[in-house]
Amino acid sequence: MRVVLGEDLTLLRDGLVRLLSAYDMEVVAAVDSGPELLRALIDHRPDVAVVDVRLPPTFTDDGLRAAIQARLEVPGLPVLVLSQHVEQLYAKELLSAGTGGLGYLLKDRVSDVLRFIEAVRTVADGGTAMDPEVVSQLLARHDRDQRLARLTAREREVLAFMAEGHSNAGVAARLVVTEKAVSKHIGSIFTKLDLYPAEDANRRVLAVLTYLNA
Amino acid sequence: MMDVGETMAWVVRHTLRTCLRGMALAGAAVAALPLFVASVVCVLLLPTGLGVVLAPKSLLAVRRQAERQRRWALDWSGVTIAAPYRSRSAKPSNRLTRVFRRCGWVLGDPATWRDLLWTLVNVPVSAVLGLLPAFMLVAFTWTVVDDYGTVVDGWGGVAPRGFLLQVFLLSMLPAYAIAGPWLLKIRAIASSSLLAPTRKEMAARVGELTESRWDAVDASAAELRRIERDLHDGAQARLVALGMNIGFAEQMVRENPDLALTLLAEARESSGQALSELRALVRGIHPPALAERGLDGAVRALALSLPLPVDVHIELPARPSAPVESAAYFAIAEALANVVKHSGANRAWAQLEHDEGRLVAIVGDNGAGGAHPRAGGGLQGIERRLRAFDGMVAVTSPPGGPTQVTMELPCELSLART
Repeated sequence: MRVVLGEDLTLLRDGLVRLLSAYDMEVVAAVDSGPELLRALIDHRPDVAVVDVRLPPTFTDDGLRAAIQARLEVPGLPVLVLSQHVEQLYAKELLSAGTGGLGYLLKDRVSDVLRFIEAVRTVADGGTAMDPEVVSQLLARHDRDQRLARLTAREREVLAFMAEGHSNAGVAARLVVTEKAVSKHIGSIFTKLDLYPAEDANRRVLAVLTYLNA
Repeated sequence: MMDVGETMAWVVRHTLRTCLRGMALAGAAVAALPLFVASVVCVLLLPTGLGVVLAPKSLLAVRRQAERQRRWALDWSGVTIAAPYRSRSAKPSNRLTRVFRRCGWVLGDPATWRDLLWTLVNVPVSAVLGLLPAFMLVAFTWTVVDDYGTVVDGWGGVAPRGFLLQVFLLSMLPAYAIAGPWLLKIRAIASSSLLAPTRKEMAARVGELTESRWDAVDASAAELRRIERDLHDGAQARLVALGMNIGFAEQMVRENPDLALTLLAEARESSGQALSELRALVRGIHPPALAERGLDGAVRALALSLPLPVDVHIELPARPSAPVESAAYFAIAEALANVVKHSGANRAWAQLEHDEGRLVAIVGDNGAGGAHPRAGGGLQGIERRLRAFDGMVAVTSPPGGPTQVTMELPCELSLART
């Protein structure tokens, strides 16, 4: 799997390169500024981009803007955005710009190595990996989509785990139920969200998008 | 070296400019007379109620005209005249209250009446001092031309008296060029007798500033103490535990790998907690979204993170300065936090706009109402925060709602929008 990495802090950049390489991912470019990142993403067209929100030259949201721009120019480019803080606003902006796998995680999550690598792979495969903090803020809101209101509490829980990028097995383990039960919930979620039979992975993404965009 | 022709051109240009400015001053003074009359009539109409609406309008027009006089005094004569006006309390949302509040604000300010008096006094003062340079120039030109005629007529004769007079008058031209601006300066100084703040007003203002400065210093010292305590008991302590666990795990990794694994897992846990504490602390000092997106983006990000829907309406043509952005952000955040904590509302709104040199933020909700500032409460915190910027806060919260908090702080939008 080919990865482009955008991170300006040397310590973190080298650490991430080491970490990703250890799990058979090839870091084809590791850059430290917004403009360089955009160029690298367009030149290399990696299987997944791992991007820090705050980068030079302005040290504001250069990384985020480069990622959004790249997704518009390279349709379907999977991007995993890392940050010291998560904002619903940024999640919304990322979701509304382009298609393809999308992740948005706090940098802290890197310390759970296996979970982080799973997230990188999920995003590369076209899935979503939203930080639990984004998801929990969404759960706390009561102005949700009409369709989401039809879901039971359990189904909402399952959908939240899906948004965080967990597989059916992962959701089952966290809810301490069987995988079969999870599949049943997911089927019910698809029906209630008016997602008619299509390719399963695709419906999964659409369900999550409905949830995140509400 | 400047040659004579250039010098003459400069003197002439200078003289003409002074004449034009003097005429503009005299013209403006006369043109303001109808405003004086209108204002007096409006004030007399006060008992009928019509004046309550009209008098502030007319007196504010007088004020704008006085502001222009202050600007000219500074630009043309280098005389600085500070604006003496009292600051306005925040706009109440009730229309009728707003009209009466505005009337009280304008009519209760002694500077309003001094402005009005100056509008009258200004007419003779500016007519004389303003028109004198032009009058001098005309008189001068007439004399020269007339004498020149005489000289030409008598050129065949022997009397060069006219010629000598002409030379003398020409040599006086620089004196006119210098005298003109002095006349305008005298006028400007005369105007400051009524247009500048009085000693008493200055003293009151100094008292007000001293108090708000101490409040600001106090608040920032308390803030620093809180940050120190949070770091000391939080992130710092966790990093110590983290280092200890890793060091211990290093020793144990060969003889007791199971213990080493437990220690490392604990260390990871500890680093996560330290990070989330630091994140909360950073949000309290300077929210990252504010650094990355400015006030506009930060308020939108904040609104999205709250558990109830918040309609955000922001109209800022450019960004305020960083300290104002920060103060406004925290004031809005505090107001929205109050909505979440106390109002029981299911809908809120936040508006932000720049109007007449003031940043106006309104936070409202459809909750239970009955909010009032109490000691140590959120509203008082907002008030203290804004006072350091000469800003203010007003709350309308009738029982049953809706509650609306209006916050204003004076600011120029200087930085270009990014």
